[in-house]
Amino acid sequence: MHVTVRLFARLRELTGAAELTRELPDGATVGAAWESLARDFPSLTAYTASVSCAVNEEYSRPSHRLEDGDEIAFLPPVSGG
Amino acid sequence: MAPRVFQVTPDRLDAAALAAAVATRADGAVTTFVGIVRDHNGGRRVLWLDYEAYAPLAEKAFERIDEEARERWPEARLAIHHRIGRLEIGDASIVIAAASPHRSDAFVACRYAIERVKQIAPIWKHEHFEGGDVWIEGATADPADAGAREVALARACT
Repeated sequence: MHVTVRLFARLRELTGAAELTRELPDGATVGAAWESLARDFPSLTAYTASVSCAVNEEYSRPSHRLEDGDEIAFLPPVSGG
Repeated sequence: MAPRVFQVTPDRLDAAALAAAVATRADGAVTTFVGIVRDHNGGRRVLWLDYEAYAPLAEKAFERIDEEARERWPEARLAIHHRIGRLEIGDASIVIAAASPHRSDAFVACRYAIERVKQIAPIWKHEHFEGGDVWIEGATADPADAGAREVALARACT
């Protein structure tokens, strides 16, 4: 299946991409999507413990199972205000 | 058309307009909080900030914060606008307006809202300072974290 991955702030800079299309095995979780991404961009591993995730514009969890066409967002620690 | 009360925008913020948008004839108080860009941070001389947001999720986070506030202060209503893009020293980055029939709830709901924005809104500041730049990274955003919510509540109520 194919999913869209959106990356923000420092994660966007580390990967050089605000948006990527990724191919994942059917039934893959958000956590698996992150691990797959971190294999291709090893500098992301510094964020494994602190990253948040969203699926289709709602906060989600690493255990969430993805479906074809989902949009995942990975969010470094936030600093709004 | 009534202005949207939860918004991420590249446009200049207007605290008076947001206060007017949230207050009704039944309210006796409206408080506003304006966050502005300061010229120093952590010993660095700040030149400007670039704000980035995941706007649709940030606006949903603002709605969630309003719902949380109403659980605690049922008569209070919030409006939250956050600016993105390049902001200069002194520019407003966020405006929060809280309206309520009575002042105590308006003050406390406003403080609660800014604390929660800093915890769960997917927004980032990229600080440009004399000699370099750095992404500011604060809280790991987790809206379901009850402990963080308690911290925000405690800060609002002290």
